[in-house]
Amino acid sequence: MYTRTYKLLVSVPPLLWVALFLLFPYALMFAHSFWSVTDGAILRNWNLGNYRTLVHNPLYWQVFLRTARIAAAVTLLSVLLGYPLAYFLSFHAGPRKQLLYQLVIVPLWVSYLVRGYAWKTILGSDGVLNGFLQYLNITHQPVAAFLYSPFAVILLLTHIYTPFVFLPIYASLEHIPRTLVETSEDLGASPRSTFFRVILPLSLPGLLAGATFAFVLSLGDFLAPLLVGGPSGTMIANLVQSLFGAAYDWPLGAAISVFILVFTLAVLAFTQLLEKRWSLE
Amino acid sequence: MTSVAPSLAPGDTLLEVRAVSKRFGAREVLKTFSLEIASGEFLALLGESGSGKTTLLRLIAGFEQPTAGEIWMHGTRLDTLPPYRRRVNTVFQQYALFPHLNVGENVAYGLRAAGIPKPEIATRVKDALDMVRMHEYGAVKPAKLSGGQQQRVALARALVNRPELLLLDEPLSALDANLRKEMHSELKSLQREVGITFLFVTHDQEEAMALSDRIALLRNGALEQVASPREIYARPATSYAARFIGQTNLLRATVAAGIASCEHFSFPCPLPDGPALFSLRPEAISVRSSSPQLSSPVRFTAAIRQQIYSGATELLELQTAGGSILRARIASCELLSGSLEFVFSAADAIPLRE
Repeated sequence: MYTRTYKLLVSVPPLLWVALFLLFPYALMFAHSFWSVTDGAILRNWNLGNYRTLVHNPLYWQVFLRTARIAAAVTLLSVLLGYPLAYFLSFHAGPRKQLLYQLVIVPLWVSYLVRGYAWKTILGSDGVLNGFLQYLNITHQPVAAFLYSPFAVILLLTHIYTPFVFLPIYASLEHIPRTLVETSEDLGASPRSTFFRVILPLSLPGLLAGATFAFVLSLGDFLAPLLVGGPSGTMIANLVQSLFGAAYDWPLGAAISVFILVFTLAVLAFTQLLEKRWSLE
Repeated sequence: MTSVAPSLAPGDTLLEVRAVSKRFGAREVLKTFSLEIASGEFLALLGESGSGKTTLLRLIAGFEQPTAGEIWMHGTRLDTLPPYRRRVNTVFQQYALFPHLNVGENVAYGLRAAGIPKPEIATRVKDALDMVRMHEYGAVKPAKLSGGQQQRVALARALVNRPELLLLDEPLSALDANLRKEMHSELKSLQREVGITFLFVTHDQEEAMALSDRIALLRNGALEQVASPREIYARPATSYAARFIGQTNLLRATVAAGIASCEHFSFPCPLPDGPALFSLRPEAISVRSSSPQLSSPVRFTAAIRQQIYSGATELLELQTAGGSILRARIASCELLSGSLEFVFSAADAIPLRE
């Protein structure tokens, strides 16, 4: 049996941490979303004005829908890149498996900013891509549309989040007993049919976890649009940032944050539901 | 699945393993191995771990490619076909049921892959589950089943495809002893019922004896002996076979003029002159005072070192005057002690190859 002192010592620090750095800030954010700003001062007059603005001002909807579209595109692309990669590594890489695995993981150690600036130098008007296209005489002047566009944001976010999608898929593929694959072929199923009827269904939980990572993380991203997005690539987190910064409208920023939070929780609840359905019970 | 030309009568050769070798790197797991399996036969592949028995099974199923040699089944060359084109099904040691499919879907898996029409799948799955007494469990996920139930489902899933040959890779080794005994008689009657050829891999000699029509004993990737359980027990060909199947006493003797001489008893034998090795089963030795008349009896005196009681019989550990140890299995009796005279028939001393 553990002593009372021991239990206190173990449980108080994390509880304090959660209260101080999670619950308290959320409560503060939640409270702010019902306040308002007049003449550069925050008034604590409880009202629903900020939420009304959110509903009625199409700007916020546009940006939010663009954000969701970008996040969905990033999720799709990361899955399309990450799944085949994970499948190849897990089933067909042979003795090179460990090396390839490390190569996939290494970019995670490189700073987000460094990777963002790298894409800037690749996509910019005098960047590597434009220089190459002109060298090949495919284009005759720099294509400005590469950088500062939703396309650039999707590219950078896909680059960043593909390893996050790869990892859980790879883990779930590694957990599939190889005798199940042999059994399937033994029972007359071709390799193709074995993939769709055994391997893919059994890796769905990993796929779901990876897709959730990519979607939720890119939904809340503000660095990629800041670095390579330009005005047409602005995402919802950039709006929040500007409302808390230059625009000095903390209450409206807080209302948007609450909305993003609720939306994210809904996405997570949905994926958990799916995961329960696909579990093996 | 290709339909196969004229069906075989029981006893015709179904599978032929022709001089198959298998290497993994520098390790030669099978050494120019040949074996024929008759249609309708229950053949046990018996051997220690590392003897190559599982490798042979995987070669027949198609999960490994032979380094040399060929495998033929019913007029078709098998070793060049991928596993999903062979009319062979396997029951694995770990059952390997698909965890995301229920029992019925597991059993239907092979039929769906073969493109059998749905109504036929339904009746065949039902029949297969009836056969293994699992019909109530069609909608249950494998995780909810006990080991014995999972094994039955795995069996039904393989048999429902009506393969020409069923491979069983130590299918009972994960079950507890009682359930295993029960499954033995079930498997045997099931095999009679469906008439499918069974190739059963095991390291358990009792299991091999109880189940099979013939035992193929493997040792270091080569065939030591193939024979019926009765024959391999009564007439082991080598000292390895004699020791691996049942218990035995190995007698080293020198033959001169038709008489084999051990330490301090000798008996007539038809071998040429020179050193020889014999197997003498413990039950062939009896206490002289209680034994019936034997033909060409061999007598010797030995001290009783140990008496191990096991219900109907007892195992005696005897020390002969020369110091060597012999084991005798006799019907249960009162406690014995001191030196006694024992007897066996010369015909029970089976000459062996090394």
